[in-house]
Amino acid sequence: MARKEQVANWGNFPKLEAEVHRPGFVDEIRAIVKTSSHLLARGNGRCYGDAALNERLVSTLQLNKLLAFDAENGVLHCQAGVLLSDILDFIVPRGWFLPVTPGTRFITVGGAIAADVHGKNHHRDGCFSDHLLAFEIMDGQGQIHECRPDQHASLFWNTVGNMGLTGIILSARFQLKPIETAYIRQETIKASNLDAIMDHFEASLDWMYTVAWIDCYQKGTNAGRSLLIRGEHARLGELPSKWQKQPLQLKPRRQWSMPFYLPAFVLNPLSIRLFNFLFYHKQLRAVQKTVVPYDTFFYPLDAIHHWNRMYGKPGFTQYQFVLPKSTSREGLPVILDTIRRSGQGSFLTVLKLFGPDNPKAIHSFPIEGYTLALDFKMNPSLPVLIAALDKLITQYDGRIYRAKDACSRPELSRFSPLARDQKFRSLQAKRLDLLG
Amino acid sequence: MHLTLIGATSDLGQALVYAFAPELSQLTLTARQPERLNPLVADLRLRFGLDNIQVLALDVLQIDYAILEPLAASTDLLILTAGYLGDQRLAETDKTEAQRIMATNYNGPAALISYFARAMTKQQQGGIIGISSVAGERGRQSNYFYGSAKAGFTAFLDGLRHRLFASDIHVMTVLPGFMATRMTADLELPQRLTASPKQAAQRIYRAWKKRRNKIYVLPIWRLIMLVIRNIPEFIFKRTKL
Repeated sequence: MARKEQVANWGNFPKLEAEVHRPGFVDEIRAIVKTSSHLLARGNGRCYGDAALNERLVSTLQLNKLLAFDAENGVLHCQAGVLLSDILDFIVPRGWFLPVTPGTRFITVGGAIAADVHGKNHHRDGCFSDHLLAFEIMDGQGQIHECRPDQHASLFWNTVGNMGLTGIILSARFQLKPIETAYIRQETIKASNLDAIMDHFEASLDWMYTVAWIDCYQKGTNAGRSLLIRGEHARLGELPSKWQKQPLQLKPRRQWSMPFYLPAFVLNPLSIRLFNFLFYHKQLRAVQKTVVPYDTFFYPLDAIHHWNRMYGKPGFTQYQFVLPKSTSREGLPVILDTIRRSGQGSFLTVLKLFGPDNPKAIHSFPIEGYTLALDFKMNPSLPVLIAALDKLITQYDGRIYRAKDACSRPELSRFSPLARDQKFRSLQAKRLDLLG
Repeated sequence: MHLTLIGATSDLGQALVYAFAPELSQLTLTARQPERLNPLVADLRLRFGLDNIQVLALDVLQIDYAILEPLAASTDLLILTAGYLGDQRLAETDKTEAQRIMATNYNGPAALISYFARAMTKQQQGGIIGISSVAGERGRQSNYFYGSAKAGFTAFLDGLRHRLFASDIHVMTVLPGFMATRMTADLELPQRLTASPKQAAQRIYRAWKKRRNKIYVLPIWRLIMLVIRNIPEFIFKRTKL
């Protein structure tokens, strides 16, 4: 039994009345699966759109236990509801780091597999699934399967990136990467327009982490003005001496919180332009080099709890697409111009060059090329903009990321025919017409 | 310190283990379905380096005292979170359900704690935390089987605290109020009056360090229960509480 509650993902759109079960043990999950005609697993709800939503949900957040850790080889085995933040607290002091991490550490391991998340190191290290050694999944009959890339391979690759439609992930085993310090050696490079930033990306392929913050309100020769941020795990000798004594320990940082929803007018084209202007111009030098704690580098927004309330009660949507490298130089300027002219420019716009895709990961989003992620506040004219962008993405052979999608054309986020367990379904699957 | 926790699959029980874990050298967990505790044991080993953990199958309705003897002698702190909310409506007509509620919340816990108390008295050291309920402070039409059993359990802990004071063994009673757990998953609980298991565990841990006698997890409940206890019966019986 569970009561009905209102559920939404990080974008607060759409909202759904759902029955949320919070089982603590695998046998309780099995009992729910067996007595449900339809259901979906849900982690921490940090995806944006209509994924992870269904009228009946099974929260995995109580499955939050670490099961085994091989300290010699850096292999972690944990339950699916463990948050990446908990994993970092455990592994960083021991000299290990996540192989791949998205821009928030408040997601579960199950969610990381379901979305097959990527990070700033995609061009070097691929997606989360490239480091996933095994996972256990419960199907609609309550049966548990242990899947590896080469064992139950079809279920493995149909689960990765498929947003929960094959079952409930119970636990996972994955490879970590060794680090000497908890710090990142970072360089921030100013790029005056889109061509410049793309050149910087292509010249930075040796760097472990690359990402750019782009001002989508600039036009003409300034269009695509941005900051490229690239980083490497800092070696011990690269740290200032005060940090060298305990290189793997970070001081606890102040957590801020957005205590209420901002009124919808606060984020408007003017304030967003001002923010982006200051962000670009606060750095005077063309290249700035620093050493920063890993959380500042990877998770700047995690420092503010409930930052999504910044967009007001109507919520927002994230629009993340990727264009193949062959069409990126032609397509990106057209798309940026469409966004600028709509006047709905995004507060946070992030550009990244992906590396080659993994042909086995048939549901995973990344392909080699440029990906752009934008936030759009929900408003009546947004569907028109989304439709216009979708048309361009189609024209340039691009794709949309299902973990963030709420209203794009179905074919843009459906890369291959989907295998699905009949019992598992989501609002998104219904919209994308994946339900046979 | 050796902590023995009765009812380790409860959400509060698990949260309490984490609150006390940094101080433990030994831990015993009991549950009706001990296989459910394997992930918890693995997690405690990894996060706290706590290797001395044993898991026992124990049902407070059918206590096997033989297996408890060595345990009772070595336990420094006993925490009992076992309990059963049950179905009041069903219990009104179904003897089995009525008995199960009464036995799981009173008979079993009282017998078990008595057994540990005897061993602790012999050793002249130890401590006991019993998780009772605000439901025991006044009988209500909506859950008087559970409430009366918890009332009995609260009175039992009062009496035990009184007796063991002379032996310097402290007994703390916890009245949680609303808590968001698997036990209350079907209930609509007002958010401001509801504690998370983690929050409750931290408050219980701090209260234990201060050797408090009886605590409400959220302070507001002291006030609420003061009011509820003092509503005259001729009014109270007309309410829907």
